Amino acid sequence: MDTSVQDSGWEAVIGLEVHCQLNTESKIFSAAATHFGDEPNTHACAVDLGLPGVLPVFNHDALTKAAMFGLAIDATIAERSMFDRKHYFYADLPKGYQITQWTYPIVARGHLDIEVDGITKRIGVTRAHMEEDAGKSLHDAYPHMTGIDLNRAGTPLIEIVSEPEIRSAAEAVAYLKKLHQIVVYLGICDGNMAEGNFRCDANVSVRRRGATEFGTRTESKNINSFRYVERAIEYEISRQIEVLEAGGKIIQETRQFDPGTGETRSLRVKEDANDYRYFPDPDLLPVILEKDTLAAIRAAMPELPEAKAARFQSQYGLSAYDATTLTAERALADYYEAVVKASGADPKLCANWVMTDLLGALNKAGAEVDLARSPIGSAALAGLIKRIADNTISGKIAKDVFEAMWNDEAKGDDAADAIIKAKGLVQITDTGAIEAAIDKVIADNPSQLADYRGGKDRLFGFFVGQVMKATRGKANPALVNNLLKAKLAG
Amino acid sequence: MSLGLEQVHQIATLARLELTDEQTERYSGQLSAILELVDELRAADTTGVEAMNHPLGMTQRLRPDTATEPNRRDAFQEVAPAVDNGLYLVPKVI
Repeated sequence: MDTSVQDSGWEAVIGLEVHCQLNTESKIFSAAATHFGDEPNTHACAVDLGLPGVLPVFNHDALTKAAMFGLAIDATIAERSMFDRKHYFYADLPKGYQITQWTYPIVARGHLDIEVDGITKRIGVTRAHMEEDAGKSLHDAYPHMTGIDLNRAGTPLIEIVSEPEIRSAAEAVAYLKKLHQIVVYLGICDGNMAEGNFRCDANVSVRRRGATEFGTRTESKNINSFRYVERAIEYEISRQIEVLEAGGKIIQETRQFDPGTGETRSLRVKEDANDYRYFPDPDLLPVILEKDTLAAIRAAMPELPEAKAARFQSQYGLSAYDATTLTAERALADYYEAVVKASGADPKLCANWVMTDLLGALNKAGAEVDLARSPIGSAALAGLIKRIADNTISGKIAKDVFEAMWNDEAKGDDAADAIIKAKGLVQITDTGAIEAAIDKVIADNPSQLADYRGGKDRLFGFFVGQVMKATRGKANPALVNNLLKAKLAG
Repeated sequence: MSLGLEQVHQIATLARLELTDEQTERYSGQLSAILELVDELRAADTTGVEAMNHPLGMTQRLRPDTATEPNRRDAFQEVAPAVDNGLYLVPKVI
């Protein structure tokens, strides 16, 4: 929390609801595809359109993926859960109700640990339930009409509801990032926030520090980036404090965050809110998840980030920092392990190349290039590291080779070898050749030699530089050091 | 429990129904009769009776996750009141 809020004598109380799209092939209650970005309404079948006489049939993988999430947050998984109808009127919800879980959700009482400013805090997850996504309304395309695309209608979601235990925008972002990391690691959600795979509603209220009662809350809907969540919550906290300090009252309402202004604005107040008229959906029977099935799901779960980081420390001898960095994303962790395996080189050397050079280059390239589209694949990087490990090239020359590989000067898993060969970069480990270069440098620089022998030790670096220059950087640095020391000593 | 005209009116608004005064009056009586029946059911002693979530003693069948629905947009849109560029068109929402 920023210091101004901390000093104000107010405390924020935040609860988050996250809608996470499960990456199934077909929809939760129909066999239409969930594929994003296709022609409007080409994946909207009779069930998704809510045509008369259709019946929903529940998707097996939506259930297993939801259960997997529950296991990952150490929650209770309901052996018997139920679907309910939640009624409201909107054109992108053709049935007039959303099928969701109300009284008997699949997941209840989990938690996850977040870290903010070096302090670990446990945030409770009240529940997570399965439901169907709505379609999309296009308001701007027509002057007097709204366009409806129902391709998204029926995409499986889990709505993950946190306890109101979050106390700052920073904690909210840490919670969301952790949640995002878990669902992507589990492979149950693609996690693409721009495409709406992972969206957040933030319930925010403030109260006097030390108060036990909650203040009146507002709900900011459908925020689809970590940065926006942070800004929306920060704005809402200061707005509410301002209103209360001026003697005003907070109205319970739904608000929308506008990324353009960084402000939230009122959408509708509670008095206009729908009575959702929940009731059990008679079209769907109770969903049973047998203990054996749950055990099988648990056994098939991928390794989660915390466990993976711990293993990286013990198996590869990495520091906690390196292990955490390399396991931040599953794809990066997999990439790293592939490099270690293919190169057979020191895992720490591999870690340095992945974290410093590869991630550095990816960061520099910006949003255009990510790991999946990296010009240097794990096998190609392993090929480069192999040549450092077997002394074919020095670490310094390897940086040049890396850059040439990045710029696609050679392709394929053997790109490093091809570049080393084409550019004649093979390291000089022939003692005679290095000695000849050293002799010439010493002969060409008599005054520096005299100064060095007179006690100016710093000049050692100068000689190293000259030898490397003379060998175009190809001399083995360790050999240069040893031989030069001996020769300079006279 | 009975429903007054005001409540019937509010329910109609939420359900997007336009009712005449005569209808409001009539439904007020009919809806109240239903609620009275519920009150009667509520009065029954259900101690020791397990809650029934569904009248059928069956459980949900699961469908394998495969996308098998063909694209039948043209057929569906033929009966829609207004479409354009593949979109269903409805009166302006906002």
